[in-house]
Amino acid sequence: MSPRAQVYILAALLALMGAGLTIYKNQELGFPLLPGEYRTVWTIEAKVRFTAEGGPVKASLTLPRAQRNMEVLGETFSSSGYGFNIVRDDNEYRAVWSRRSATGNQSLFYQLDVHQTPGAPLEQPLELSTEVETPFLGAREQEAVRQAIYSLVGSARERSADTKTFTGQLLTALNDPRNQDRNLIFGYYKDRTLVDVALLVLAAADIPAHRIRGLYLEDDRRRLDPEDLLEVYDGRRWVVFEPNTGNPGVPKNFFIWQRGGKSLLDVEGGRNSRVTFSVISNDVPARDVAMLSTSNEKEALVDFSIYSLPIEQQSIFKLILLVPVGALVVVLLRVFVGLRTSGTFMPVLLAIAFIETRLFTGLAIFVLILVLGLWVRFYLSRLNLLLVARIAAVVVTVVILMGAISVVSYKLGIEQALTVTFFPMIILAWTIERMSIVWEEDGPYEVVVQAGGSLLVAVLAWWVMTNRFVEHWTFNFPELLLVLLGFILIVGNYTGYRLGELMRFRQLVR
Amino acid sequence: MGRFDFSQFVAKLRGGFVSPFALRRLGVLGMNARNVHYIARYNDRDLYPIVDDKLNTKHAARRHGIQVPELIAAFESQPSRRRVLEVIDPLWQFVIKPARGSGGKGILVVVGREGDTYLKPSGAAVTREDVLRHVSNIHSGLYSLGGKPDRVMIEALVDFDPVFDKYSFEGVPDIRVIVFRGFPVMAMLRCSTHSSDGKANLHQGAVGVGIDLATGKSCHAVQRGLRISRHPDTEMPFGELVVPGWRDLLRLASRCYEMTGLGYLGCDIVLDRKRGPLLLEANARPGLAIQVANGVGLRTRLKHVEAMDLEQLEKSVEERVSYSMQEFAAARTLEQAASA
Repeated sequence: MSPRAQVYILAALLALMGAGLTIYKNQELGFPLLPGEYRTVWTIEAKVRFTAEGGPVKASLTLPRAQRNMEVLGETFSSSGYGFNIVRDDNEYRAVWSRRSATGNQSLFYQLDVHQTPGAPLEQPLELSTEVETPFLGAREQEAVRQAIYSLVGSARERSADTKTFTGQLLTALNDPRNQDRNLIFGYYKDRTLVDVALLVLAAADIPAHRIRGLYLEDDRRRLDPEDLLEVYDGRRWVVFEPNTGNPGVPKNFFIWQRGGKSLLDVEGGRNSRVTFSVISNDVPARDVAMLSTSNEKEALVDFSIYSLPIEQQSIFKLILLVPVGALVVVLLRVFVGLRTSGTFMPVLLAIAFIETRLFTGLAIFVLILVLGLWVRFYLSRLNLLLVARIAAVVVTVVILMGAISVVSYKLGIEQALTVTFFPMIILAWTIERMSIVWEEDGPYEVVVQAGGSLLVAVLAWWVMTNRFVEHWTFNFPELLLVLLGFILIVGNYTGYRLGELMRFRQLVR
Repeated sequence: MGRFDFSQFVAKLRGGFVSPFALRRLGVLGMNARNVHYIARYNDRDLYPIVDDKLNTKHAARRHGIQVPELIAAFESQPSRRRVLEVIDPLWQFVIKPARGSGGKGILVVVGREGDTYLKPSGAAVTREDVLRHVSNIHSGLYSLGGKPDRVMIEALVDFDPVFDKYSFEGVPDIRVIVFRGFPVMAMLRCSTHSSDGKANLHQGAVGVGIDLATGKSCHAVQRGLRISRHPDTEMPFGELVVPGWRDLLRLASRCYEMTGLGYLGCDIVLDRKRGPLLLEANARPGLAIQVANGVGLRTRLKHVEAMDLEQLEKSVEERVSYSMQEFAAARTLEQAASA
């Protein structure tokens, strides 16, 4: 295979790999492609209150199971003086607070952050019992109620084809205040809720069903009581119904706390126990959400990446990851334009310094140091020093100049100039040395051309490197470096003319 | 100040550029194509030291019987003051060069002497201390690529053939021949001018004179990208310029292919009054200015050589030179351009 073909294949592989990883990270892990994307994160707080009776206290609260379209980003528990642990029992997680003795009003908190993701809310095969406990309706005083229930069941069955439509019909009837049977039932079960009654009727009709407790996620809601949904087994799968409208399916912003199962809260050693919820939404940068959700899952792509480093090193890498972008700018300008610079990648180092110093301060400092350095260097060249000693002397001079610039500008109140320390000293010294040789050999014009070329490349590189999109992509999708590498390989194969050559050879055409 | 006319500005800018298709049609070789298609493909990296180090070039040339300027002394390590003075004391004329200098940097030419002061071609005086400092600078790598420590060569000054005296200001012209797989493909004479400060670099204002491979006569002359017919300082018309012993010179250039093994090679040759053509140095990355000097693209000729079969490539030096003189004659190139 010819080297050229190898380059194209390698470049294509690299680009595919980089692009694939990027798409995976964006689609699956939720890393945002564009900077400044925000996601809504809901903070749900459950507050358990009860009055302790002075003896040992134990309170247990059912915790939400992982719901497929809600990603739990983090949870916190707070309760001073209480022992706390999480126990797993019967497919359910329960938070248990305990204390040897407590009196008076007690408040316990459980808080979690969730983030809504697209997808179906519930997993299908659910290991919930499909047994139906037929309610006892044989007592004499229940005769009327029993009649009413069976009449409801009968009419709903008549107007339906399967369990799903049956439940829909039943809920419509139970919500209709003109329905006599319904009024009779609610009159008998005065303290029961709609879902309680619906469960009773469904049991009478021999249909497995249970309740779902949860919350509607709406911003800034306080002291909410949990809301109920109805889940019905239609012989093959479980179907959720919203009881008030009779619509199947989980409402869009419903957060499921408990599915089936038993009580939400159990308190031993206390009374007047109650759990209320409050919901707040906040907008969080999309990247942070992705970071939090992947850190739970230990995603290898994220866990073995720059993100796993301490924050301080991450910010250094933020800069390092920009270097390839600067190198690309240099490659493009040299291969396609043909700009002459002093030192191939020196402009990239300058550009990095400019990022820290801000452009105009950086330019001013660089030109100042270069001019002063050249001046000193011209004197040094008259002293007949050996090369290494002379360059070392220039390094020392550069350091002294940097110190002097810092101190003088600080005293003058120009604090911007303090960033002078970000300039790479050795590189500056070499640049001065090389420039002075160019001056001696090719004259000051060539010095201006080369220094100008370097500065132009540095400014362009700075401009690209400080672009917020470039910054975002290099740091959040380091995989894109593979694409960049592939691109550089292809550019390295370019054998066409440079822009400068179109001018240089113009006489040949005429 | 007139108003800024954008369309005029664009027209002016476009006037400075030519279409890449026009260049391609003319067979002009670009820098990227040269690097990828010719240097990377025909020049093995391990052969570079032969041409990058002028001392190596000299030894190789001597082995192959190629004439070079006489080497008086070479300092491998930092020489002592006494040793340098010992060498240069008996000399009236000499050249000090870095073995690995690039682009003619770091060459000190001494053409005369008054006691302890030495004279440069421009007439400027150089003290003995300056010479010693120059040697030390070369040695510490000031002129070599990457600042690596370098070796110092002291050469005899070439006794230049006076034919070019009137075509050059201060400096001495040298002849650059591009040799591709042993075939000389293009040649130019570089004449220094007042504005190039005695240097033979075209981008510094030296005149590039295209030489017809068939005859050794000048066929085209360019200074700073503009075609000229007379030397700007001496007013000598280039039309009368003929390189004496042209065939010998091409033969020498062609033999450099066997000497270096490099497929794409630039040979810098000077003419000595008595000895004839001498190889000054060889270059594995010859520049592209030769195209401007000749007013002809290199690519067409390189392609012609690339299209040859093995038998043709195994020709002797003599045959190759004859072939080049016939095939790459300026008249023939013009014919081809006209018919294309």
